[in-house]
Amino acid sequence: MKKTKDERRALKVNRRTLLKGTLAAAAATMLPLNRADASFSDFWESFFQKHFREMTEAEKEKVVARLEKEYEEKYKIAIKVGIEPAMPGVLFGYGLDLSRCIGCRTCEYACVAENNQSIDPQIHWIQVLRFKKEDPKFPDFEHAEKYYNAALAPQPGYFYMPIQCQQCENPACTRACPTQATWKEPDGIVTIDYNWCIGCRYCMAACPYGARHFNWGEPHRAPQDINPNTHYLGNRPRYRGVVEKCTFCIQRSRKGKYTACVEACPVGARKFGNLLDPNSEIRYMIANKRVFRLKEDLNTSPKFFYFFDFGGTR
Amino acid sequence: MGKKLLAIIALLLLPLSLAYADEHSNKLTLMKGVPAQKFIMPRPPIDKGLWPCSQCHKGMPPGPKRKLTMMHQDIVLKHMPGGWCYDCHNPNNRDTLKLFTGESVSFDQSYLVCGQCHGFIFQEWKHGLHGKRVGMWNGVKTYYQCINCHWPHEPHFKPIVPWPAPIKPADIKYGN
Repeated sequence: MKKTKDERRALKVNRRTLLKGTLAAAAATMLPLNRADASFSDFWESFFQKHFREMTEAEKEKVVARLEKEYEEKYKIAIKVGIEPAMPGVLFGYGLDLSRCIGCRTCEYACVAENNQSIDPQIHWIQVLRFKKEDPKFPDFEHAEKYYNAALAPQPGYFYMPIQCQQCENPACTRACPTQATWKEPDGIVTIDYNWCIGCRYCMAACPYGARHFNWGEPHRAPQDINPNTHYLGNRPRYRGVVEKCTFCIQRSRKGKYTACVEACPVGARKFGNLLDPNSEIRYMIANKRVFRLKEDLNTSPKFFYFFDFGGTR
Repeated sequence: MGKKLLAIIALLLLPLSLAYADEHSNKLTLMKGVPAQKFIMPRPPIDKGLWPCSQCHKGMPPGPKRKLTMMHQDIVLKHMPGGWCYDCHNPNNRDTLKLFTGESVSFDQSYLVCGQCHGFIFQEWKHGLHGKRVGMWNGVKTYYQCINCHWPHEPHFKPIVPWPAPIKPADIKYGN
C-alpha cells in the first residue's frame, strides 16, 4: 500500500499534469490515426476548412490541392478537382420527352460512368420508372416499377419516366440542411459540399423526389473506372456517410458541354440548355410543348421539365 | 524503286479520296431573323465500301421497274406504301437524292428529303427538340441527322436491349 503511494508520488500526478494529459488524449482521439501518412497540417486544414462559399479563390485552390493529394494517395491515380464557378447569365434547365423515352436505362449507367458513384454498394442518381399506359393511378409513384426486367425496350403497353434531381428553384433540401453543406448555385444547380456534409440525411427526408442518395458504406470503385475530370461540387470521390445527388454534370456543363445523360440517350429524349437564352432548345420546348413539372403543388419550382412530343402546337 | 513506292502510296490514298468524310458541317436556318447556325453532322450510315454509288451504277441506265439485285437485296421497304426508289434517289445522278420538285440534294442534306413529308418533325429537329445533339450546349454541336437513327427504308426505331435493373436496397450488402 505504501509502495503504490510512493509510486504515485514519483509520477507527480497533480491537477495540472492531469489536465494536460486529458487534453493531449482528447487531441489524440481527433487525429486520424488510420491515416498515418497524412501530415498534421493537412489534417488540421481539413478539420478547420472554411465554408466553400466563403473561401477566396486562393483558399479554394489550396483545398483542391490538398484533396488531389489525398485522392492520389487513396486511389493511386491523378484526379483533377475543378472549381469552375457558375457562368454569368446562365440558368440551367432540362427537358425530358416522355413520348420518346424507351426505358433502356442507358442514361442511368452513363451517369454512373461519368459521376464516380459507388459501384459496390450501388448508387444510381437516375431512376427509370415504368408505368402501365392509360393507368388511371398515374402519376402515383407507389404504382411505378423501378426494378423491371425486359428482354427488349420499349415494351408495348408501358411508358417510362426517368427521375433524377429536379434542380428546384425553391429547393426544400437546402433549407433542411443544418450545416449549410448544400445550397443552390447561381446557375441553378443544387450542390453538396461533401466535406461539410455530416450525414444527418435531413435533406433526403425533405426532398420530394427521392433524388438524394446516401453513402451507407465506404464507396467502392475500381481506380481504372474513376473519371479523373471532376469538380469540387460534383463528381469528386465521395466519403462514407455523405449525401450525393445529380449536379447536371457540373464538371461538364460549366465547361459548356452537354451532360452525360443527354449524350448517352439513344433516342434523343433528353434536352439541356440555358433557360435565359431565348434561342435555346429548352426555351423552344417550354414555349411550344405540353410541359409539366413533377409535384408542382409543392411549390418547389423544378427546372426539370417533362414534355410530350405529340400534341401542343403542331 | 521510288516510282514503285509512289505507286503504293497512291494506291493507299485512293480509298481515302473516294471514302465519305466521317463528319461534315452544315448550316441550318432555325428561325427567321436568327442567323444560320453551323452544326457538325455525322456521316450517313452508308457502307464505306459501297460509296460512291456511281462506282457501280456508272453506265447502268435506270430501269423502269423496282428490282432489288446484287448489293440491294437486303432492302425492305416499310416506308411510304406504294413508293419506290426514285421517289427519293436521283436516277440521273446516283450520288445524290432528289426532292419532289426534281431538285437534286446531296446525301449530306438528306433531311431536306425527309422534311418534305415530315414537316412538323423537321421543324422540331431544326430547333433541337426532335433528335439528338451532342457536344456543347453553348457552342458547336454534333447534330444527328434523320438517317442516323431512322434507316429510311425501315424508319421505325428498333427496340434495344435495356441495361440491368438496379439492385434493390434490401439486397445491397454493406460489408464495411
